Amino acid sequence: MVVHSVRGDEADRIFQALADPTRRDILARAIQQEQSVSALAGHYAMSFAAVQKHVAVLERAALISKHRRGREQIVRGNASTLRVAAGLLETYEQLWIERAHQIADVLAGEKGDTT
Amino acid sequence: MTVITTTKDAATLTLTLVAEFDADPDQVWEVWEDPRKLERWWGPPTYPATFTRHDFVLGGESRYFMTGPANQTPRGWWRIDGIDKPHRLEFANGLAGDDGEPAPGVQPMAGYVTFEAIDGGTRMTAITRFVDVGQMETMLGMGMHEGMTQAISQIDALLAPAPLELEVSR
Repeated sequence: MVVHSVRGDEADRIFQALADPTRRDILARAIQQEQSVSALAGHYAMSFAAVQKHVAVLERAALISKHRRGREQIVRGNASTLRVAAGLLETYEQLWIERAHQIADVLAGEKGDTT
Repeated sequence: MTVITTTKDAATLTLTLVAEFDADPDQVWEVWEDPRKLERWWGPPTYPATFTRHDFVLGGESRYFMTGPANQTPRGWWRIDGIDKPHRLEFANGLAGDDGEPAPGVQPMAGYVTFEAIDGGTRMTAITRFVDVGQMETMLGMGMHEGMTQAISQIDALLAPAPLELEVSR
């Protein structure tokens, strides 16, 4: 039973998109403030075309959306997609934290704690 | 006091938990080796686990089921891929079908656990590595999804100040 709203292939695209440090940086900037592709490109020592490619990967994963303003392409981060992706790891994190607490309880019981 | 830290790496689908316990490594090892102790912590509180088999030797396998609040019984299995008492454990953890045997077509997750003696206790490091997101979702179907709503609200906090926090750990 799958309880959240992304399918496996969509989620795979999300994680592939997040696997690259430049893309993570672009995403972080776009979430903080929407901006043009050319403004983004100014932050990196790579060609405009290369930055555009990274933006396209992020867009396919629905992590960002693009719209036109005059002659510029404006990029905006899509935080809700990111939340779903990170949510999978978060869930397992919660499970393991719970397990560690329960192990501590089992160990405490052995020491004869009466609590 | 139990000190717990976790690290998530979305790029490699890896979760690392480090916990320090006030007990020596032999005692901490025991909560993995003894199935009666293991079932007191393996399942989430609302899904207690019952191990019907637990061959805690190299190549040995385990079978377990969990009992959910509506009496659903998701099943799982382990296979021990590496073991060095009381220092290191490697195991595969997969989903089982209604017959309790490994479900075909679902890859297991890999667990790597180390136990180090530290002053007055044990540092246990448990690394869980997933193959892909589809697998993460399938395994979550084993009754662990209640944490999801809670988890997503926590990510709001994570995203708010600095989205870069997502790229934790290397």
